[in-house]
Amino acid sequence: MYPDDLKYSKEHEWVRINGSIAEIGVTLFAQESLGDVVYVDLPEVGSEVEQFAKFGEIESVKAVSDLFCPVEGKIIEINHEVIDNPEVVNTEPYGSGWLIKVQLSDPSKVDDLMDAATYESTLG
Amino acid sequence: MLTDGLQSPKKTPIYRTHLESNAKMTDFCGWNMPIQYQKGIIAEVKAVRGSVGIFDVSHMGRIEFEGSGAEYFLGKILSANLKALNLGRSKYNFICNKDGGIIDDAMVYRVGDERFLLIVNAGNTHKDLKWIASQAMDGSDCNMAVLTDKTAMIAVQGPKAVAIVDEVTHGAASKIGRFRIANVSFDGCDATLARTGYTGEDGFEIIVPADQGSDLWLLLKNSGAIECGLGSRDVLRLEAGLPLHGNDISSSTNPFEAGFGRFVYTEAPDYVAGDALIQLLSTEPHRLLVGFKMIGRGIPRPGLKILSCSPEESNSSVIGNVTSGTYSPTVDCGIGMGYVDRKYSKVGNHIVIDVRGRLVAAEIVKLPFYKPF
Repeated sequence: MYPDDLKYSKEHEWVRINGSIAEIGVTLFAQESLGDVVYVDLPEVGSEVEQFAKFGEIESVKAVSDLFCPVEGKIIEINHEVIDNPEVVNTEPYGSGWLIKVQLSDPSKVDDLMDAATYESTLG
Repeated sequence: MLTDGLQSPKKTPIYRTHLESNAKMTDFCGWNMPIQYQKGIIAEVKAVRGSVGIFDVSHMGRIEFEGSGAEYFLGKILSANLKALNLGRSKYNFICNKDGGIIDDAMVYRVGDERFLLIVNAGNTHKDLKWIASQAMDGSDCNMAVLTDKTAMIAVQGPKAVAIVDEVTHGAASKIGRFRIANVSFDGCDATLARTGYTGEDGFEIIVPADQGSDLWLLLKNSGAIECGLGSRDVLRLEAGLPLHGNDISSSTNPFEAGFGRFVYTEAPDYVAGDALIQLLSTEPHRLLVGFKMIGRGIPRPGLKILSCSPEESNSSVIGNVTSGTYSPTVDCGIGMGYVDRKYSKVGNHIVIDVRGRLVAAEIVKLPFYKPF
Protein backbone atom coordinates (compact mmCIF):
# COMPACT_ATOMS: atom_id res chain seq x y z
CA MET A 1 0.00 0.00 0.00
CA TYR A 2 2.83 2.39 0.97
CA PRO A 3 6.08 1.19 -0.63
CA ASP A 4 9.13 1.26 1.65
CA ASP A 5 11.44 2.77 -0.97
CA LEU A 6 9.42 6.02 -1.11
CA LYS A 7 9.32 9.10 1.11
CA TYR A 8 6.01 10.73 2.06
CA SER A 9 4.65 14.20 2.91
CA LYS A 10 1.78 15.00 5.25
CA GLU A 11 -0.09 16.39 2.22
CA HIS A 12 -0.16 12.81 0.85
CA GLU A 13 2.44 13.09 -1.90
CA TRP A 14 5.16 10.47 -2.37
CA VAL A 15 8.74 10.95 -3.60
CA ARG A 16 10.99 8.39 -5.32
CA ILE A 17 14.63 9.53 -5.17
CA ASN A 18 16.93 8.50 -8.00
CA GLY A 19 20.29 10.24 -7.57
CA SER A 20 19.55 13.97 -7.72
CA ILE A 21 16.16 13.46 -9.36
CA ALA A 22 12.87 13.11 -7.45
CA GLU A 23 9.79 11.54 -9.01
CA ILE A 24 6.56 12.72 -7.34
CA GLY A 25 3.01 11.48 -7.17
CA VAL A 26 0.05 11.18 -4.80
CA THR A 27 -0.42 8.31 -2.35
CA LEU A 28 -2.96 5.51 -2.37
CA PHE A 29 -4.71 7.27 0.52
CA ALA A 30 -4.91 10.51 -1.50
CA GLN A 31 -6.39 8.86 -4.57
CA GLU A 32 -8.92 6.91 -2.48
CA SER A 33 -9.99 10.08 -0.67
CA LEU A 34 -10.29 12.02 -3.93
CA GLY A 35 -12.31 9.38 -5.76
CA ASP A 36 -12.30 9.31 -9.57
CA VAL A 37 -9.59 11.71 -10.75
CA VAL A 38 -10.77 13.58 -13.84
CA TYR A 39 -8.32 16.47 -14.22
CA VAL A 40 -4.67 17.19 -13.41
CA ASP A 41 -3.05 20.60 -13.85
CA LEU A 42 0.78 20.49 -13.83
CA PRO A 43 3.41 23.27 -14.06
CA GLU A 44 5.66 24.10 -17.02
CA VAL A 45 8.86 22.13 -17.42
CA GLY A 46 11.76 24.39 -16.35
CA SER A 47 9.89 26.18 -13.58
CA GLU A 48 11.29 26.21 -10.05
CA VAL A 49 9.33 24.97 -7.09
CA GLU A 50 9.95 25.41 -3.36
CA GLN A 51 9.54 22.66 -0.82
CA PHE A 52 5.89 22.30 0.31
CA ALA A 53 4.74 24.98 -2.17
CA LYS A 54 1.75 24.42 -4.45
CA PHE A 55 2.77 23.07 -7.86
CA GLY A 56 -0.53 22.10 -9.41
CA GLU A 57 -4.11 20.98 -8.97
CA ILE A 58 -5.86 17.65 -9.03
CA GLU A 59 -9.62 17.34 -9.45
CA SER A 60 -12.05 14.52 -8.84
CA VAL A 61 -15.69 14.56 -9.88
CA LYS A 62 -16.52 16.05 -6.48
CA ALA A 63 -13.81 18.58 -5.73
CA VAL A 64 -10.49 20.24 -6.48
CA SER A 65 -7.33 19.82 -4.35
CA ASP A 66 -3.95 21.54 -4.47
CA LEU A 67 -0.79 19.55 -5.11
CA PHE A 68 2.19 20.43 -2.90
CA CYS A 69 5.79 19.66 -3.83
CA PRO A 70 7.55 17.61 -1.12
CA VAL A 71 11.01 18.67 -2.41
CA GLU A 72 12.71 21.77 -3.79
CA GLY A 73 14.19 22.20 -7.25
CA LYS A 74 13.54 22.57 -10.95
CA ILE A 75 10.81 20.69 -12.77
CA ILE A 76 12.48 18.67 -15.52
CA GLU A 77 9.60 16.49 -16.69
CA ILE A 78 5.83 16.25 -16.34
CA ASN A 79 3.73 13.16 -16.98
CA HIS A 80 1.59 13.81 -20.06
CA GLU A 81 -0.15 10.48 -19.57
CA VAL A 82 -1.96 11.74 -16.44
CA ILE A 83 -3.10 14.83 -18.34
CA ASP A 84 -4.62 12.71 -21.11
CA ASN A 85 -5.80 9.84 -18.85
CA PRO A 86 -6.19 11.20 -15.31
CA GLU A 87 -7.68 7.88 -14.12
CA VAL A 88 -4.18 6.33 -14.03
CA VAL A 89 -3.69 8.29 -10.78
CA ASN A 90 -6.40 6.03 -9.33
CA THR A 91 -5.28 2.80 -10.92
CA GLU A 92 -1.48 3.15 -10.58
CA PRO A 93 -0.69 5.91 -8.10
CA TYR A 94 2.93 4.73 -7.62
CA GLY A 95 3.53 3.73 -11.23
CA SER A 96 2.29 5.32 -14.44
CA GLY A 97 0.25 7.75 -12.32
CA TRP A 98 3.37 9.74 -11.31
CA LEU A 99 3.03 13.51 -11.82
CA ILE A 100 6.36 15.37 -12.07
CA LYS A 101 10.15 14.89 -11.90
CA VAL A 102 12.23 17.46 -10.04
CA GLN A 103 15.99 18.11 -10.22
CA LEU A 104 16.79 18.53 -6.52
CA SER A 105 18.44 21.82 -5.57
CA ASP A 106 18.92 20.75 -1.96
CA PRO A 107 18.82 16.94 -1.52
CA SER A 108 19.14 17.29 2.28
CA LYS A 109 15.54 18.53 2.40
CA VAL A 110 14.39 15.01 1.57
CA ASP A 111 15.17 14.26 5.22
CA ASP A 112 12.17 16.41 6.21
CA LEU A 113 9.88 13.75 4.75
CA MET A 114 8.41 10.63 6.37
CA ASP A 115 9.23 6.99 5.74
CA ALA A 116 6.41 4.60 4.86
CA ALA A 117 5.74 3.36 8.40
CA THR A 118 5.61 6.89 9.84
CA TYR A 119 3.33 8.09 7.06
CA GLU A 120 0.99 5.15 7.45
CA SER A 121 0.75 5.80 11.19
CA THR A 122 -0.53 9.35 10.48
CA LEU A 123 -3.47 7.96 8.52
CA GLY A 124 -5.07 6.56 11.67
CA MET B 1 -29.86 24.32 9.36
CA LEU B 2 -28.31 26.04 12.39
CA THR B 3 -30.46 24.07 14.78
CA ASP B 4 -30.00 20.85 12.81
CA GLY B 5 -26.22 21.28 12.93
CA LEU B 6 -26.23 21.00 16.71
CA GLN B 7 -27.75 17.53 16.63
CA SER B 8 -26.05 14.40 15.42
CA PRO B 9 -26.96 13.60 11.81
CA LYS B 10 -30.08 11.54 11.15
CA LYS B 11 -29.91 8.09 9.60
CA THR B 12 -32.27 6.76 6.95
CA PRO B 13 -33.95 3.35 7.40
CA ILE B 14 -31.42 1.97 4.86
CA TYR B 15 -28.34 3.30 6.70
CA ARG B 16 -27.02 -0.08 7.95
CA THR B 17 -27.33 -1.58 4.48
CA HIS B 18 -25.15 1.24 3.09
CA LEU B 19 -22.47 0.47 5.67
CA GLU B 20 -22.62 -3.23 4.77
CA SER B 21 -22.01 -2.21 1.13
CA ASN B 22 -18.94 -0.21 2.25
CA ALA B 23 -20.41 3.07 1.07
CA LYS B 24 -18.42 6.22 1.69
CA MET B 25 -20.68 8.21 4.01
CA THR B 26 -20.96 11.97 4.44
CA ASP B 27 -23.10 14.41 6.41
CA PHE B 28 -25.56 16.14 4.10
CA CYS B 29 -28.27 18.54 5.27
CA GLY B 30 -28.44 16.94 8.71
CA TRP B 31 -28.40 13.37 7.38
CA ASN B 32 -25.60 10.81 7.23
CA MET B 33 -25.82 9.69 3.60
CA PRO B 34 -23.83 7.57 1.12
CA ILE B 35 -21.80 9.84 -1.18
CA GLN B 36 -20.53 6.92 -3.26
CA TYR B 37 -20.09 3.16 -3.20
CA GLN B 38 -16.96 1.17 -3.95
CA LYS B 39 -16.87 1.45 -7.74
CA GLY B 40 -16.94 5.24 -7.63
CA ILE B 41 -19.00 8.10 -8.99
CA ILE B 42 -18.17 7.63 -12.68
CA ALA B 43 -19.15 3.95 -12.59
CA GLU B 44 -22.42 4.91 -10.90
CA VAL B 45 -23.20 7.59 -13.51
CA LYS B 46 -22.52 5.05 -16.27
CA ALA B 47 -24.75 2.49 -14.59
CA VAL B 48 -27.68 4.92 -14.52
CA ARG B 49 -27.12 6.04 -18.12
CA GLY B 50 -26.65 2.52 -19.44
CA SER B 51 -28.61 0.23 -17.12
CA VAL B 52 -30.18 1.00 -13.73
CA GLY B 53 -29.11 2.56 -10.43
CA ILE B 54 -30.75 2.88 -7.01
CA PHE B 55 -30.51 5.90 -4.71
CA ASP B 56 -31.58 6.20 -1.07
CA VAL B 57 -33.59 9.44 -1.10
CA SER B 58 -35.28 8.82 2.24
CA HIS B 59 -33.81 12.09 3.51
CA MET B 60 -36.14 14.11 1.26
CA GLY B 61 -39.15 15.65 3.00
CA ARG B 62 -42.48 13.88 2.42
CA ILE B 63 -45.55 15.81 3.53
CA GLU B 64 -49.17 14.81 3.00
CA PHE B 65 -52.13 17.23 2.94
CA GLU B 66 -55.68 15.97 3.18
CA GLY B 67 -59.13 17.48 3.41
CA SER B 68 -61.73 19.46 1.49
CA GLY B 69 -59.53 22.57 1.95
CA ALA B 70 -56.24 20.91 0.86
CA GLU B 71 -56.35 22.12 -2.76
CA TYR B 72 -57.11 25.69 -1.69
CA PHE B 73 -54.43 25.67 1.03
CA LEU B 74 -51.68 24.25 -1.22
CA GLY B 75 -52.78 26.63 -3.97
CA LYS B 76 -51.82 29.47 -1.64
CA ILE B 77 -48.29 28.07 -1.29
CA LEU B 78 -47.27 26.26 -4.50
CA SER B 79 -46.68 27.66 -8.00
CA ALA B 80 -48.65 24.76 -9.58
CA ASN B 81 -52.19 24.85 -10.93
CA LEU B 82 -53.69 22.20 -8.66
CA LYS B 83 -57.15 22.50 -10.17
CA ALA B 84 -55.65 21.08 -13.36
CA LEU B 85 -53.77 18.35 -11.51
CA ASN B 86 -55.76 15.15 -11.96
CA LEU B 87 -55.73 12.16 -9.65
CA GLY B 88 -52.48 10.20 -10.00
CA ARG B 89 -50.60 13.05 -11.70
CA SER B 90 -47.58 15.09 -10.60
CA LYS B 91 -46.26 18.59 -11.17
CA TYR B 92 -42.86 20.21 -10.59
CA ASN B 93 -43.32 23.54 -8.80
CA PHE B 94 -41.81 26.19 -6.57
CA ILE B 95 -42.55 27.29 -3.03
CA CYS B 96 -42.04 31.06 -3.34
CA ASN B 97 -41.94 33.77 -0.69
CA LYS B 98 -43.95 37.00 -0.92
CA ASP B 99 -41.20 38.57 -3.07
CA GLY B 100 -41.24 35.69 -5.56
CA GLY B 101 -37.94 34.28 -4.25
CA ILE B 102 -37.66 30.49 -4.29
CA ILE B 103 -37.86 29.01 -0.77
CA ASP B 104 -37.71 25.52 -2.28
CA ASP B 105 -38.55 23.51 -5.38
CA ALA B 106 -40.84 20.53 -4.96
CA MET B 107 -42.89 17.81 -6.61
CA VAL B 108 -46.60 17.74 -5.84
CA TYR B 109 -48.72 14.64 -6.53
CA ARG B 110 -52.49 14.28 -6.29
CA VAL B 111 -52.83 10.94 -4.50
CA GLY B 112 -56.55 11.20 -3.67
CA ASP B 113 -59.48 13.41 -4.62
CA GLU B 114 -58.70 15.57 -1.58
CA ARG B 115 -55.19 14.33 -0.82
CA PHE B 116 -51.79 15.59 -2.00
CA LEU B 117 -48.21 14.44 -1.46
CA LEU B 118 -45.49 17.09 -1.47
CA ILE B 119 -41.84 16.06 -1.79
CA VAL B 120 -39.29 18.72 -0.84
CA ASN B 121 -35.51 19.00 -0.45
CA ALA B 122 -34.00 17.46 2.70
CA GLY B 123 -32.13 20.61 3.64
CA ASN B 124 -35.23 22.78 3.25
CA THR B 125 -37.84 20.59 4.94
CA HIS B 126 -37.65 22.43 8.25
CA LYS B 127 -37.82 25.85 6.56
CA ASP B 128 -40.69 24.71 4.28
CA LEU B 129 -42.72 23.44 7.25
CA LYS B 130 -42.25 26.76 9.05
CA TRP B 131 -43.39 28.65 5.95
CA ILE B 132 -46.38 26.33 5.48
CA ALA B 133 -47.34 26.72 9.16
CA SER B 134 -47.16 30.50 8.83
CA GLN B 135 -49.76 30.33 6.06
CA ALA B 136 -52.17 28.01 7.90
CA MET B 137 -55.61 29.35 8.79
CA ASP B 138 -58.05 28.39 11.47
CA GLY B 139 -61.18 26.59 10.38
CA SER B 140 -59.95 25.32 7.03
CA ASP B 141 -60.30 21.59 6.43
CA CYS B 142 -56.73 20.59 5.64
CA ASN B 143 -54.72 18.15 7.74
CA MET B 144 -50.98 17.94 7.31
CA ALA B 145 -48.80 14.91 8.12
CA VAL B 146 -45.02 14.63 7.80
CA LEU B 147 -44.23 11.11 6.56
CA THR B 148 -40.44 11.48 6.26
CA ASP B 149 -39.46 9.44 9.32
CA LYS B 150 -42.20 6.83 8.90
CA THR B 151 -41.18 5.86 5.38
CA ALA B 152 -38.16 5.10 3.20
CA MET B 153 -37.83 6.37 -0.37
CA ILE B 154 -35.72 4.74 -3.07
CA ALA B 155 -35.18 6.21 -6.54
CA VAL B 156 -34.69 3.58 -9.28
CA GLN B 157 -33.35 5.31 -12.40
CA GLY B 158 -32.06 4.31 -15.81
CA PRO B 159 -33.09 2.64 -19.07
CA LYS B 160 -33.66 -0.69 -17.28
CA ALA B 161 -35.43 0.85 -14.26
CA VAL B 162 -38.99 0.16 -15.41
CA ALA B 163 -38.19 -3.46 -16.24
CA ILE B 164 -36.58 -4.13 -12.87
CA VAL B 165 -39.34 -2.44 -10.85
CA ASP B 166 -41.90 -4.27 -12.95
CA GLU B 167 -40.24 -7.56 -12.00
CA VAL B 168 -40.22 -6.67 -8.30
CA THR B 169 -43.88 -5.54 -8.37
CA HIS B 170 -45.04 -8.47 -10.53
CA GLY B 171 -46.03 -6.32 -13.46
CA ALA B 172 -47.69 -3.43 -11.64
CA ALA B 173 -45.05 -0.78 -12.30
CA SER B 174 -45.16 -0.64 -16.09
CA LYS B 175 -48.89 0.19 -15.94
CA ILE B 176 -47.99 3.54 -14.35
CA GLY B 177 -47.36 6.22 -16.98
CA ARG B 178 -44.58 8.83 -16.95
CA PHE B 179 -44.96 11.43 -14.15
CA ARG B 180 -47.87 9.46 -12.63
CA ILE B 181 -48.18 8.04 -9.13
CA ALA B 182 -50.04 4.97 -7.83
CA ASN B 183 -50.26 2.71 -4.79
CA VAL B 184 -49.03 -0.80 -5.43
CA SER B 185 -48.95 -3.85 -3.16
CA PHE B 186 -46.49 -6.67 -3.73
CA ASP B 187 -45.32 -9.51 -1.48
CA GLY B 188 -47.01 -7.95 1.57
CA CYS B 189 -45.48 -4.53 0.98
CA ASP B 190 -47.68 -1.46 0.47
CA ALA B 191 -45.73 0.93 -1.71
CA THR B 192 -46.33 4.22 -3.47
CA LEU B 193 -44.71 4.35 -6.90
CA ALA B 194 -44.07 7.69 -8.61
CA ARG B 195 -42.67 7.52 -12.12
CA THR B 196 -40.46 10.56 -11.56
CA GLY B 197 -36.82 11.23 -10.70
CA TYR B 198 -33.85 13.58 -10.73
CA THR B 199 -31.56 12.08 -13.36
CA GLY B 200 -33.35 12.72 -16.67
CA GLU B 201 -33.83 8.96 -17.02
CA ASP B 202 -37.06 6.98 -16.88
CA GLY B 203 -37.66 5.29 -13.54
CA PHE B 204 -39.48 5.36 -10.24
CA GLU B 205 -39.33 6.88 -6.81
CA ILE B 206 -40.73 4.25 -4.43
CA ILE B 207 -42.05 5.04 -0.96
CA VAL B 208 -42.44 2.14 1.49
CA PRO B 209 -42.90 1.87 5.28
CA ALA B 210 -39.56 2.58 7.00
CA ASP B 211 -39.05 -1.00 8.20
CA GLN B 212 -39.26 -2.31 4.63
CA GLY B 213 -36.72 0.09 3.14
CA SER B 214 -33.67 -2.16 3.47
CA ASP B 215 -35.53 -5.22 2.13
CA LEU B 216 -36.62 -3.32 -0.98
CA TRP B 217 -33.09 -1.93 -1.43
CA LEU B 218 -31.58 -5.43 -1.32
CA LEU B 219 -34.30 -6.82 -3.58
CA LEU B 220 -33.52 -4.18 -6.22
CA LYS B 221 -29.78 -4.67 -5.76
CA ASN B 222 -30.09 -8.42 -6.16
CA SER B 223 -32.14 -7.85 -9.30
CA GLY B 224 -29.16 -6.06 -10.85
CA ALA B 225 -29.50 -2.41 -9.82
CA ILE B 226 -26.23 -0.61 -9.01
CA GLU B 227 -26.06 1.25 -5.69
CA CYS B 228 -25.56 4.99 -6.23
CA GLY B 229 -24.79 7.83 -3.84
CA LEU B 230 -25.21 11.58 -3.65
CA GLY B 231 -22.07 12.19 -5.73
CA SER B 232 -23.43 10.55 -8.88
CA ARG B 233 -26.91 11.95 -8.19
CA ASP B 234 -25.48 15.47 -8.42
CA VAL B 235 -23.64 14.73 -11.70
CA LEU B 236 -26.73 13.08 -13.21
CA ARG B 237 -29.10 15.93 -12.32
CA LEU B 238 -26.67 18.49 -13.74
CA GLU B 239 -26.27 16.51 -16.97
CA ALA B 240 -30.08 16.51 -17.17
CA GLY B 241 -30.11 20.31 -16.69
CA LEU B 242 -32.08 20.09 -13.44
CA PRO B 243 -31.48 22.82 -10.86
CA LEU B 244 -30.30 22.20 -7.29
CA HIS B 245 -31.87 24.43 -4.65
CA GLY B 246 -29.16 26.23 -2.71
CA ASN B 247 -26.92 26.30 -5.81
CA ASP B 248 -28.88 27.25 -8.93
CA ILE B 249 -32.03 28.56 -7.31
CA SER B 250 -32.56 30.11 -3.87
CA SER B 251 -34.68 32.63 -1.99
CA SER B 252 -32.67 35.36 -3.74
CA THR B 253 -33.51 34.08 -7.24
CA ASN B 254 -36.93 33.93 -8.88
CA PRO B 255 -38.36 31.31 -11.26
CA PHE B 256 -38.21 33.61 -14.32
CA GLU B 257 -34.50 34.43 -14.21
CA ALA B 258 -33.87 30.71 -13.62
CA GLY B 259 -35.76 30.02 -16.86
CA PHE B 260 -38.59 28.09 -15.19
CA GLY B 261 -41.50 30.43 -15.89
CA ARG B 262 -43.39 27.48 -17.37
CA PHE B 263 -43.73 26.03 -13.86
CA VAL B 264 -45.38 29.18 -12.50
CA TYR B 265 -49.16 29.55 -12.21
CA THR B 266 -50.27 32.74 -10.48
CA GLU B 267 -54.06 32.52 -10.63
CA ALA B 268 -54.80 30.29 -7.66
CA PRO B 269 -57.07 32.11 -5.17
CA ASP B 270 -55.05 33.92 -2.46
CA TYR B 271 -51.69 32.66 -3.85
CA VAL B 272 -49.19 34.37 -1.52
CA ALA B 273 -46.49 34.90 -4.17
CA GLY B 274 -48.96 35.76 -6.94
CA ASP B 275 -48.62 39.56 -6.95
CA ALA B 276 -44.83 39.44 -6.75
CA LEU B 277 -44.55 36.87 -9.54
CA ILE B 278 -46.93 38.82 -11.83
CA GLN B 279 -44.81 41.92 -11.19
CA LEU B 280 -41.57 40.01 -11.96
CA LEU B 281 -43.07 38.58 -15.13
CA SER B 282 -43.78 42.09 -16.44
CA THR B 283 -40.09 43.07 -16.39
CA GLU B 284 -37.19 41.47 -18.27
CA PRO B 285 -34.81 39.74 -15.84
CA HIS B 286 -31.33 41.33 -15.66
CA ARG B 287 -29.66 37.95 -15.48
CA LEU B 288 -30.53 34.46 -16.66
CA LEU B 289 -29.52 30.97 -15.61
CA VAL B 290 -27.64 29.31 -18.48
CA GLY B 291 -25.88 26.01 -19.11
CA PHE B 292 -22.34 25.97 -20.49
CA LYS B 293 -19.77 23.46 -21.68
CA MET B 294 -16.05 23.98 -21.26
CA ILE B 295 -14.12 24.39 -24.50
CA GLY B 296 -10.69 24.57 -22.83
CA ARG B 297 -9.36 22.16 -20.21
CA GLY B 298 -10.88 22.78 -16.81
CA ILE B 299 -13.80 21.96 -14.57
CA PRO B 300 -16.22 24.67 -13.48
CA ARG B 301 -17.15 24.76 -9.79
CA PRO B 302 -19.81 26.72 -7.89
CA GLY B 303 -18.67 30.24 -7.00
CA LEU B 304 -16.24 30.74 -9.91
CA LYS B 305 -16.62 33.99 -11.85
CA ILE B 306 -17.93 34.09 -15.42
CA LEU B 307 -16.28 36.69 -17.69
CA SER B 308 -17.40 38.09 -21.01
CA CYS B 309 -15.59 37.05 -24.14
CA SER B 310 -16.88 39.55 -26.62
CA PRO B 311 -14.48 40.52 -29.41
CA GLU B 312 -15.49 44.19 -29.24
CA GLU B 313 -14.53 44.46 -25.57
CA SER B 314 -10.82 44.82 -24.95
CA ASN B 315 -11.10 43.92 -21.26
CA SER B 316 -13.27 41.03 -20.19
CA SER B 317 -15.65 42.02 -17.44
CA VAL B 318 -17.39 39.85 -14.86
CA ILE B 319 -20.84 38.98 -16.21
CA GLY B 320 -21.93 36.34 -13.72
CA ASN B 321 -21.01 33.39 -11.58
CA VAL B 322 -21.09 29.60 -11.68
CA THR B 323 -23.79 27.98 -9.51
CA SER B 324 -23.17 24.29 -10.38
CA GLY B 325 -20.30 22.59 -12.14
CA THR B 326 -18.64 19.23 -12.50
CA TYR B 327 -16.96 16.86 -14.90
CA SER B 328 -19.60 15.04 -16.93
CA PRO B 329 -18.66 11.43 -17.72
CA THR B 330 -21.53 11.22 -20.23
CA VAL B 331 -20.58 14.33 -22.24
CA ASP B 332 -16.86 13.87 -21.36
CA CYS B 333 -16.06 17.48 -20.51
CA GLY B 334 -16.60 20.10 -17.81
CA ILE B 335 -20.21 21.30 -17.64
CA GLY B 336 -21.88 23.94 -15.53
CA MET B 337 -24.76 26.27 -14.90
CA GLY B 338 -24.62 29.86 -13.79
CA TYR B 339 -26.28 33.25 -13.92
CA VAL B 340 -25.05 35.68 -16.57
CA ASP B 341 -26.04 39.19 -17.57
CA ARG B 342 -28.97 38.76 -19.97
CA LYS B 343 -27.17 40.28 -22.99
CA TYR B 344 -24.53 37.51 -22.85
CA SER B 345 -26.98 34.67 -22.28
CA LYS B 346 -27.66 33.51 -25.85
CA VAL B 347 -27.00 29.88 -26.76
CA GLY B 348 -23.78 29.71 -28.78
CA ASN B 349 -22.14 32.68 -27.04
CA HIS B 350 -18.61 32.16 -25.85
CA ILE B 351 -17.79 33.03 -22.25
CA VAL B 352 -14.74 32.62 -20.01
CA ILE B 353 -14.64 30.83 -16.67
CA ASP B 354 -12.09 32.13 -14.16
CA VAL B 355 -10.83 28.81 -12.78
CA ARG B 356 -8.86 30.08 -9.78
CA GLY B 357 -6.93 32.53 -11.94
CA ARG B 358 -6.75 30.38 -15.06
CA LEU B 359 -9.07 31.76 -17.77
CA VAL B 360 -10.77 28.91 -19.61
CA ALA B 361 -13.10 29.29 -22.61
CA ALA B 362 -16.64 27.92 -22.49
CA GLU B 363 -19.74 28.02 -24.66
CA ILE B 364 -23.34 28.60 -23.63
CA VAL B 365 -25.40 25.58 -24.70
CA LYS B 366 -29.01 24.55 -24.64
CA LEU B 367 -30.06 22.51 -21.61
CA PRO B 368 -30.11 19.62 -20.91
CA PHE B 369 -26.52 18.56 -21.57
CA TYR B 370 -27.77 15.03 -22.04
CA LYS B 371 -31.24 13.79 -22.98
CA PRO B 372 -31.69 10.03 -22.72
CA PHE B 373 -34.82 9.84 -24.88
